[in-house]
Amino acid sequence: MLLRATLINIELLFALLLLGLLLGTVVALLQVYGGRFAGTLAAGYAWVFRSIPALVLLFLFYFGPSEFGVNIPPFIAATLALGIRSSAYQSQIFRGAIQAIPQGQMMAARSMGMSRLQAIITIIIPQALRLSLAGWSNEFSSVVKDTTLAYVVGLNEVLRHARIIMDRHYELAMLAYLAVAVIFFVLTYSGNRSLGWLEGRLRIPGLEMKGGTQNK
Amino acid sequence: MSLLKAENIHKRYGKEEVLRGVSLELERGETMVVIGPSGTGKSTFLRCINQLTPPDKGRVWLDGVEVTHPKCNINRLRAQMGFVFQDFNLFSHLNTLRNVSIGLIKVKGIRKEDARKLAMKELERVGLDDKIDAYPAQLSGGQQQRVSIARALAMEPKLILFDEPTSALDPELIGEVLEVMIKLAKDGMTMLVVTHEMGFARAVADEIVFMEHGVVVEQGNPQQMFSAPEHPRTGEFLNKITELYGETE
Repeated sequence: MLLRATLINIELLFALLLLGLLLGTVVALLQVYGGRFAGTLAAGYAWVFRSIPALVLLFLFYFGPSEFGVNIPPFIAATLALGIRSSAYQSQIFRGAIQAIPQGQMMAARSMGMSRLQAIITIIIPQALRLSLAGWSNEFSSVVKDTTLAYVVGLNEVLRHARIIMDRHYELAMLAYLAVAVIFFVLTYSGNRSLGWLEGRLRIPGLEMKGGTQNK
Repeated sequence: MSLLKAENIHKRYGKEEVLRGVSLELERGETMVVIGPSGTGKSTFLRCINQLTPPDKGRVWLDGVEVTHPKCNINRLRAQMGFVFQDFNLFSHLNTLRNVSIGLIKVKGIRKEDARKLAMKELERVGLDDKIDAYPAQLSGGQQQRVSIARALAMEPKLILFDEPTSALDPELIGEVLEVMIKLAKDGMTMLVVTHEMGFARAVADEIVFMEHGVVVEQGNPQQMFSAPEHPRTGEFLNKITELYGETE
């Protein structure tokens, strides 16, 4: 039962990471290249969504729309709340990475006739994503566990099931929570292993310091 | 009609006026070498030509088309002007071949296989066709600069701007880059070169321009500039630079 419920956490994890990745990239690009207005807006976005507790965001996204008669399924509400929150964190990882790329890369791209957008897509983003991976695996470890928060909006995820077990058989409570702990340890560990592998795969020959990846 | 014409270029950074009215004309097939003490705006001038640094005042034409016109298609014009940087600026996530072919694919819209062939041809020209799979960080400075020249050449530009192409190189690597550049000049490529390499200037320059404090002090052919410069500062600078850098070549 717990393992099956874990699938929901994994689904939520992928959904929120994907949303966070897409939004986070856009926010980071706007913050660096968007000019004053869009840049300030992007920075503001990052500030706001990093400042609100995850639980509060979950409540706002789940109960907020129902005030206006719109009922959002818990999964969608959780994806939006946690995904947007994660995008704020991810945007700062990407921003750091983009700013770490020497200006000459952009200049060289522009000097051969690429538009700014072309240069960003073909030159800047591929390099920035590589540089982001180490920071991103940190964000990954943190949001894996955040998926359990979604139980407050009634999502049938693993922690809620542990709670149900406790309610029915109090003597099994410790066992259930231990099982949850083990599940998340495995999820975090295997996720980080995969990201470490990816980082190694994408390493640019000759460029980065060896031994920099984790899990080596 | 000259291939490149720059007229009265001004550029100011804050209080400092880096360029104070520079005008130059470059004929097709000509190699022009710009010399002068550092901080005199030579590099800024090059960047004003392809608008990497838009000038505050003044106009630039490439082959009769105004590059400084607000409505011109600057990306298209830039594709016709190669730029070779002092610190190479190869795309660090792409191997040698992709560095040379990416402009062909993304800017010129050439099919991948064709772009690959063209890139191979240019890499042969600079003697690096055996390094196509290497990434920039695996190459020496001299090799990187040769790749960056191949990258500029692949676009079949009307001219190439060189911004101190050998200044970041170890002395023993300068020769291989100059050799490529000399070959280019002799093949008839139009080149505007900012450099301290007097050997190169002597060997291939059709015209030498001496810049100081944001203006052109003097310009003329190498014989005249080296043997009988009109302006005392030109002679002083040439003596000092030859003493300092010697003459490779």
